Amino acid sequence: MDSTLIAHLVVIGFTFFMLLNSAAVLVLMERKVAAFVQQRLGPNRVGPWGAMQPLADIIKLVMKEELRPKGADTFLFYLAPILCAVAAFAAFSVVPFGADTDFFGLLDAPIKLVAADVNVGVLALFAITSMGVYGIVLAGWASNSKYSLLGGLRSSAQMISYELSFALSLASVVMLAGSLSLNDIVNAQSGYWFGFIPKWYIFLQPIGFFIFMTAAVAETNRAPFDFPEAEQELVAGYHTEYSSMTFALFFMAEYIAMATMSAVAVNLFLGGWHGPFLPTWLGWIWFLAKVFLLLFFYIWMRWTLPRYRYDHLMEFGWKWLLPAATINLLVTAGVVLWMGW
Amino acid sequence: MDALFFWIFAVIMIVSSVLVVGQRNPMYSVLLLIVSFAALSGLYVLLNAPFMAVLQIIVYAGAIMVLFLFVVMLLNVSSEEQEGNDKKPRFVIGPGPRRFGAVLAVVLAVQLIWALRTIAEAPFADDGSVPTTVRDIGLRLFREYAFAFEATSILILVAMVGAVILARKER
Repeated sequence: MDSTLIAHLVVIGFTFFMLLNSAAVLVLMERKVAAFVQQRLGPNRVGPWGAMQPLADIIKLVMKEELRPKGADTFLFYLAPILCAVAAFAAFSVVPFGADTDFFGLLDAPIKLVAADVNVGVLALFAITSMGVYGIVLAGWASNSKYSLLGGLRSSAQMISYELSFALSLASVVMLAGSLSLNDIVNAQSGYWFGFIPKWYIFLQPIGFFIFMTAAVAETNRAPFDFPEAEQELVAGYHTEYSSMTFALFFMAEYIAMATMSAVAVNLFLGGWHGPFLPTWLGWIWFLAKVFLLLFFYIWMRWTLPRYRYDHLMEFGWKWLLPAATINLLVTAGVVLWMGW
Repeated sequence: MDALFFWIFAVIMIVSSVLVVGQRNPMYSVLLLIVSFAALSGLYVLLNAPFMAVLQIIVYAGAIMVLFLFVVMLLNVSSEEQEGNDKKPRFVIGPGPRRFGAVLAVVLAVQLIWALRTIAEAPFADDGSVPTTVRDIGLRLFREYAFAFEATSILILVAMVGAVILARKER
């Protein structure tokens, strides 16, 4: 095997490994931030500063009994969480997380730090995330329970509604960069305006960034848009009937989807691995820092804002977010045409 | 390698398409159709058309089939009802429509055989004349086929307005 192939395999394995870990880190982070917001201490018994808490959580989940409701569709019941997890992992495969590298001269030519370098990266990402909704819908239907079904239905309606605004905000960035590849989009954001303002698309597309983040929260079913699992109305929504590892898969898929959305937002709007002070080969530190910031924002929002009402969510999605995204896209297209980028 | 993948995708696609019709449970029919679309998108990738492949997933598997699934779930049809247990003559399953359907099936089969025979002679390889990149497809769509494109969008708009009018309740 030549060294380039091995390097690619290492990058793919590393991406998978880090995604798995990101779920564990996020569980701890969520509990600690929640405690901070609510002026509690949070988990502090397992390991120093409660750092081993995710491990304890996982062991607890694995030891639980696996339950399947009577009348559930066995095949689809077990397929649903797998679909969810697969879609969550696969979505990250097109997201680059660092500048091209030759691993300190080990390779002849530099390779890209991304599991799969697809030239239609943005669209591929969009396609894979839209597959994730099937896992949730099927979980809701196959459980043969009214709470699950309602959760699944709500989720599909919500995701379809917000996917439009999501795609339109992506399109305006794609127009600015002139490429569908995430790598090219990040590289188009290197450099500075007037020597000190980084050329990040958030400064050109503030509305686009707002729409993207709102739609991303709705797509990942996080509070304040967590209707599919609104516990006061629907017990636990689509995963009411799941337990043990199948529940863990849904849980993990949600956190990985959060990490993916944050990584994509960083790549599209916040300049990816570009940043001051650090040399290019350490760009992944900037990348991680920005993703961490966005994830903190996600969790901060969950524990601060109350849940919307369902009809308000739909109204907001269709009557405000979609027109705003459309106008943003049209204005961007006009400016791009006028300036001749 | 490409040939191997072609056969894998082709077999998955044909088997799942046949099963879509053979299934009694509409839920599984919808899912098998999605599998078939996914395999078709794999074939597009093999043809060096990643843009088409991704569009196939986004538009058909991602958007249209979700709506299908939605309807199937809302109607909650457990499985197709057996014929003959209903007194009322229904529109779809009756002697008249069935004969009509048989004629249509024969026409379809003839068309399929004809299409397959013609396609076998057409060039299959990528000789550069077929637009595959986003830029090429966009240029063709908005220059050569601009009228067809706009006409299609108006057709869809008409269908949408029609659906709204049909679904609207008189106040």
